[in-house]
Amino acid sequence: MQPFVEPDYLPALPELFLAGASVTLLMAGVFIGDRSTRLMTWLACVAMAAAFVMVLVLPDERTTTFFGLFVTDRFAAFMKCLVLVGAAVTLIVGLGYVKREGMNRFEFPVLIVFATLGMLLMISANDLIALYVGLELQSLSLYIVAAFRRDSLRSTEAGLKYFVLGAISSGLLLYGCSMVYGFTGVTGFEGIAEALATTVPGNVAAETGVLIGLVFIAAALAFKVSAVPFHMWTPDVYEGAPTPVTAFFAAAPKVAAMALLLRVFLGPFHELAGQWDQIIIFVSIASMGLGAFAAIGQKNIKRLMAYSSIGHVGYALVGLSAGTPEGIRGVLVYMLIYMVMTLGGFACILAMRQRGQMVEEISDLSGLSKTNPSLALALAIFMFSMAGIPPLAGFFGKLYVFLAAVDEGLYGLAIFGVLASVVGAYYYIRIVKVMYFDQPAEGFDRPVGVELSAVLAGTGIITLFFFAYPAPILAGAEAAAAALMP
Amino acid sequence: MIIQTIMFYVLAVVTVGAGVMVIASRNPVHSVLFLILAFFNSAGLFVMMGAEFLAMILIIVYVGAVAVLFLFVVMMLNINFAELRAGFLQYLPIGGVIGIILLAELVLVFASGAIDIEVPTTVASPTPPADEITNTQALGDVLYTHYAYLFQGAGFILLIAMVGAIVLTHRRRADVRRQRITDQVARDPKATVQVTDIEPGAEGTWKSD
Repeated sequence: MQPFVEPDYLPALPELFLAGASVTLLMAGVFIGDRSTRLMTWLACVAMAAAFVMVLVLPDERTTTFFGLFVTDRFAAFMKCLVLVGAAVTLIVGLGYVKREGMNRFEFPVLIVFATLGMLLMISANDLIALYVGLELQSLSLYIVAAFRRDSLRSTEAGLKYFVLGAISSGLLLYGCSMVYGFTGVTGFEGIAEALATTVPGNVAAETGVLIGLVFIAAALAFKVSAVPFHMWTPDVYEGAPTPVTAFFAAAPKVAAMALLLRVFLGPFHELAGQWDQIIIFVSIASMGLGAFAAIGQKNIKRLMAYSSIGHVGYALVGLSAGTPEGIRGVLVYMLIYMVMTLGGFACILAMRQRGQMVEEISDLSGLSKTNPSLALALAIFMFSMAGIPPLAGFFGKLYVFLAAVDEGLYGLAIFGVLASVVGAYYYIRIVKVMYFDQPAEGFDRPVGVELSAVLAGTGIITLFFFAYPAPILAGAEAAAAALMP
Repeated sequence: MIIQTIMFYVLAVVTVGAGVMVIASRNPVHSVLFLILAFFNSAGLFVMMGAEFLAMILIIVYVGAVAVLFLFVVMMLNINFAELRAGFLQYLPIGGVIGIILLAELVLVFASGAIDIEVPTTVASPTPPADEITNTQALGDVLYTHYAYLFQGAGFILLIAMVGAIVLTHRRRADVRRQRITDQVARDPKATVQVTDIEPGAEGTWKSD
């Protein structure tokens, strides 16, 4: 047998560092105990910040290591930065909640770090097995944090529901992967792309088999980004899970799953673009439609955010259906803006406390402009932005994906998207109306907290002034899209 | 050769017999024990095929973990198995029909030759010849080198499963007497151990406590 050559560990430095940090934090937490939760949370944020710096410092060009299982490129770097920021910010906004609501256990930040590690592995996956391992690493941590308030019936229900449905989607994914592996003979993404370009065409059995595999993989990935018709878990899990966990679900894993979706469809299955395009267009239209109409009747703001996130995934997928570098750039910019708005929106929701109790009804926001004008202003900015009102950031997110779709002649899709966002604007603006024109209800507890205020200010400013200086984000997204679509 | 054939039939017959007994036995504990017998004989069949690694895994994982878990469940949960079995005859016809349909489908698939499809044979990692290297070693050669990344990833998943089980179920109870190792170690021997010099044959000044 040939001598073994050590792989190059440098491209995976952020992952290796985060893995080491998570285990160190776990051991430190075990010895110090639950009073260390606050310290652990900050240390976890520091670890993520360090990983963020490593991602930025590492060379940009496409490198594969671990014998082709792991890949880094500009696309991976862009997505990893988003995920790390999303995870760290949700940990920070959750600090107060974790302390007050009986979640004060050191495992919480550690599990978030584990989940983030899984997301980084997902983004860098270059092989079906590596994809699955990263996805499970992430999902398993998410099931646990969803049920983290184990004495709350809602939280355990959310965890169990998410676990059972997530297990089904993992089964679908594995079945799809086994079909693809069976009919191409390889699990590596480059190998699959090569087989689909050379050996598979012309062989009817293999063509059909790979196609069936592709459909299963698409279904599983659609589940992970909570796109219609695989969205059923989203409202229940978002409503039941503790609010910082919901914020985390809406921000980081969604971005990571979207990265995985892009990489799988544009990498190994690029040859089959004509086939998966139909799936993506359907999923996109259905998600936009459901996100617009189902959210109208919601009274709970976390449920509303769940439907809103389903809708946002639909808009982002419009860019993927265009299938051009501009479209991919649109998806990346959309995910960035979506994450910023979502983090800000959930920071507002985390500030909704009355006499020490969390409240989640939209009616609790009545007259917020009188009782807490700055919070009302922040939430209004996020809601207007999510509705896509210019000149806020959300408008530009939608603009880029719709422009890409129009360039590719997908007029129907673009028109449907615009109509859906008009319908969706109703429920976003209704929240603004409740805050500014309804009779003031009992205000929320003050002070809001330093961490929450800082995050609210940061996300609010980005959302408000994105139009003034979008160049660095656009350039980053463009380079990332170019790395994915040569 | 003849010994191998005899071995095969012995192992196969015992496996099938034990399998039947798993569902036929009235005592659930006996069912689990027959299951273990079936596992052992299947492991023997694997060894005869040259798949000694699978044989070991079957014993370690299925007998060592799964079957023992079944035994725990059977013994600790008070399940009335007689009640579970009560509907057996009632459901036999529909079960039989489903079984016959499945059998017919399988026969059709094999008879029509539909399974014989030409699949592109690009092989990711070629299997080394069996007479040069045992398959345990062959697996280890790739698992700890080329797939070390996935191996570590899988290890992390198991760690999370463990952390999760502890997070979601472990409760600190106040009324439990815990072992406090530091207290035990810090205890002064002078205060607790008494060395008494006892005269042989003398009536003891033994203090029992």
